[in-house]
Amino acid sequence: MTAASSNNESPQPGLYIHIPFCLSKCGYCSFYSIKSINLIPAFLSALKQEMKFYSNNFQSFDTIYIGGGTPSLLTAKQLAEIFIAINKFYKIESPAEITIEVNPGDVSADYFQSLRSVGINRLNIGIQSFNDNLLKFLGRRHSKKNVLEAIDAARTAGISNVGIDLIYGIHHQDIKLWKRTLQKALTFAPEHISCYQLSLEAKTPLHKKYGAEGIKIPKEEQQAKFFLATSEELENASYIHYEVSNFARNENLKSRHNIKYWQHVPYLGLGPAAHSFLNNKRWWNKPSVKNYLREIAQGKMPLENSEELSIEQLQLEALFLSLRTKAGIDLERYKTKYGTDLLVDKKTIIDALVKNKLVELSNGSLLPTRAGMAVADSLALI
Amino acid sequence: MYWGLFHLKIMENIRNFSIIAHIDHGKSTLADRLIQFTGVCDERNFQDQILDNMDIERERGITIKSNAISLPYRAHDEKDYTLNLIDTPGHVDFSYEVSRSLASCEGVLLLVDAAQGVQAQTLANLYLAMEHNLEIIPIINKIDLPSADVDRVLEQIESELGLDPDTHLKCSAKEGIGIEEILEAIVNRIPAPKGDADNPLAALIFDAHYDSFRGTIIHCRVFDGTLKNGDIIKFMSNSTTYKVEEVGHFLLNRVKREKLCAGEVGYIIAGVKTVADVRTGDTITLQNNPTSQPLPGFKEIKPVVFASIYPIASDDYQDLADSLEKYKLNDASFIYEKDSSAALGQGFRCGFLGLLHLDIVQERLEREYDLSIILSVPSVRYRCTLKDNSVVYVDNPSHYPDPAEIIKGEEPYIRSSMMLPERYLGAVMKLCMEKRGVNSTLNYTGPGRVELSYEMPLAEVIYDFYDRFKSVTQGYGSFDYDIIDFRESTLVLMDILVNGEKVDALSQIVHRERARARALLACERLKEEIPRQMFKIAIQGAIGSEIIARSTISAFRKDVTAKCYGGDITRKRKLLEKQKAGKKRMKMIGSVSIPQSAFLAVLKSDTD
Repeated sequence: MTAASSNNESPQPGLYIHIPFCLSKCGYCSFYSIKSINLIPAFLSALKQEMKFYSNNFQSFDTIYIGGGTPSLLTAKQLAEIFIAINKFYKIESPAEITIEVNPGDVSADYFQSLRSVGINRLNIGIQSFNDNLLKFLGRRHSKKNVLEAIDAARTAGISNVGIDLIYGIHHQDIKLWKRTLQKALTFAPEHISCYQLSLEAKTPLHKKYGAEGIKIPKEEQQAKFFLATSEELENASYIHYEVSNFARNENLKSRHNIKYWQHVPYLGLGPAAHSFLNNKRWWNKPSVKNYLREIAQGKMPLENSEELSIEQLQLEALFLSLRTKAGIDLERYKTKYGTDLLVDKKTIIDALVKNKLVELSNGSLLPTRAGMAVADSLALI
Repeated sequence: MYWGLFHLKIMENIRNFSIIAHIDHGKSTLADRLIQFTGVCDERNFQDQILDNMDIERERGITIKSNAISLPYRAHDEKDYTLNLIDTPGHVDFSYEVSRSLASCEGVLLLVDAAQGVQAQTLANLYLAMEHNLEIIPIINKIDLPSADVDRVLEQIESELGLDPDTHLKCSAKEGIGIEEILEAIVNRIPAPKGDADNPLAALIFDAHYDSFRGTIIHCRVFDGTLKNGDIIKFMSNSTTYKVEEVGHFLLNRVKREKLCAGEVGYIIAGVKTVADVRTGDTITLQNNPTSQPLPGFKEIKPVVFASIYPIASDDYQDLADSLEKYKLNDASFIYEKDSSAALGQGFRCGFLGLLHLDIVQERLEREYDLSIILSVPSVRYRCTLKDNSVVYVDNPSHYPDPAEIIKGEEPYIRSSMMLPERYLGAVMKLCMEKRGVNSTLNYTGPGRVELSYEMPLAEVIYDFYDRFKSVTQGYGSFDYDIIDFRESTLVLMDILVNGEKVDALSQIVHRERARARALLACERLKEEIPRQMFKIAIQGAIGSEIIARSTISAFRKDVTAKCYGGDITRKRKLLEKQKAGKKRMKMIGSVSIPQSAFLAVLKSDTD
């Protein structure tokens, strides 16, 4: 059992750091980033300031996730700077899970070595595809060759926890081709695989491209096939399908950091556009590096907004987040927290869902089946 | 001169008349011109179709409530006359009200559209007028239309109506042509009222309306006697008594008078709380000097079409209750009581005089009271004889007796009267047969025109008969009906099931032969309107445990978003909150969420 999922002690919070820089924008990506890498030094000093702001609210973390943007644009030295600052203001509880997202084209075994030396012990490599045409279509700046080299470099550097991101449902990618991608990925035996269905986010280049060229994302029936095939394929290879888009090679290799998001565990998000959650309050920074630098220089929090979650909102989030996970909802805990006995309140619908094999009741939990996970958004609205 | 003689002289100068016509033949427009010509109202204040007070009446071009107005007119003989125009409702649903208005008159203007000619309601109204021995003045209206065919209409007046075509007048109410001739004909051809102001009081109630300041305003025609402030009046149907607070005449507004005398038309205010306490057709007399016999023709009118009304949002229940109470103040023929449905929640079971009446109530609730309502499938009132020989009347499917207990089921029948060009005869006969019509009669009323009559179950008429009749006759057919009797019928209770759960609001009492088609239609409509859900949905039509129709909605298999953005759970939650709010507006039947639009789609197919 991992530290994050132990329910007796209050779990340690997680720390997320958003590195808002990219050399180029991927077609599908709606995360905030800019190309002005000359601002990185200024950003780093502002980041340290922001850490200081929160040092009274957060004392320690046992997971850290450096995401973006493209964190691998930072030099080893810059990353070291960040970790010196983290250690200055907070305590890193061990065993800590410390992850960085990397772009295959930016990295080398030496780079990975230096990441290890600052304490990073988990990689998330944005592979997306092994097919150069699809990579080009997605607007990635790396190639299949880069991918193979990056995985090789990670292993050479002795990083024992490697996760990869893949995308399915891309134009011209049929299920057969997707299955080949999965088989290829399995040859590297990654500790963690995230398989995301391509979605067209508003204002992204790909959204425009699909619109302009009259291309459509796969129909729901086809999406279901992709989803179920992915789950089958990876579970056959002994991976655990522990969340809608996430697979772990074993129980201990699930992303402990991401699980915090899904269980209302506190987390602190630093950097532009980052979200934080503590004591039923969620707040987030403005998606603007300029604003971030300016406000922090003025001694202000660079907040865009915040919200205090009502019990109904927490309840809805608990439902939709836990029904995205294989662990499902602990019914007794839900009842204690929200005063609702789902088995009584939603008996008719739960009976129907069980009968239709979309959920199971097991050891006091309500769990989505594979087919249930595919309709988790609706499960949350029961 | 003693009072009696003086009054005779007054009566000589009174004319009481109505205008009768088929819908859209120009009744309200002619009324407007008469009002304008006699100067009751100047151009500036004139709102077209003054007598049709309600927006709905003006929009639909039909009169729903009857109304009255006294027109002062100096005739060519240099004498001053009071012409009391009593307006009549223009629809078959309100034929009893029409008959009471006509009973208050000595003559009618029978208006016929010069282009459309004689129609079913022209005939029905003429028969009513003849029953009351009224002087009939045929008037051909809309002579200015390019499509006007006066010669053909004259032929129809002679052959179809059996009236002397030489007595006709021609006008264009819209253009104001021929109005003075009509006024002169009213004076010269319609007899003055008879009666004696010294006799015991006998006044006929032909309408009532509700005034929020004064309560119920009774519209009446005095046949005998005199009525004045302070009199104690008695309604002869139920012997209730009231003290008269005010009497007067209808001009554009109410004008107070000292008394109402034999021959006159006017209003009474007597502290009557609601219009439901007043019965159209009842006779008013004086408590201390009653007349021996009530005026003839009084009937308790009973609703024939029934439907339940539910608020779309259950929070609106109280608003609906308040609105119905207010609406009822002005519509004595509308009845309602509490009803509830597992599917649609708390509502009301309502009775109507017909489908148009139902439409009007629905529209007024929606428009004037700003309510979103949902209506159940309209039903007629069935008669069931049970094993213990008791007889029950059922107008609500949820009260249908256990079929094992029923030894005889009966349904109300009507006799329809249809007028149509001969070329549509085949299509209409086919429609009537399909609608279980029997005992047809056919008359050739003129060249190329027929009058067709069938006896048909009322349930078939309220289903989709009007629309289909209109469509097969391309709008050239007209239709009228009278309720005749109850006849034995094979009735069944048809239920709609969604994943095995009965949707009570969609149950219908139907003829056995109709059940399958109705059930199929409901299944198909529901299939179109219910969004796909996480599991397959079976929609079934059933009679008891026998499934007679079925449709299936396949499940959707993927709806989950790939990624919950880092810690940005707020965005996703907001989307779900929106969906959840949408889902809340749906009704849960078992484990299936059904949107209101699905109910509407099924129910609408029946009322349209």
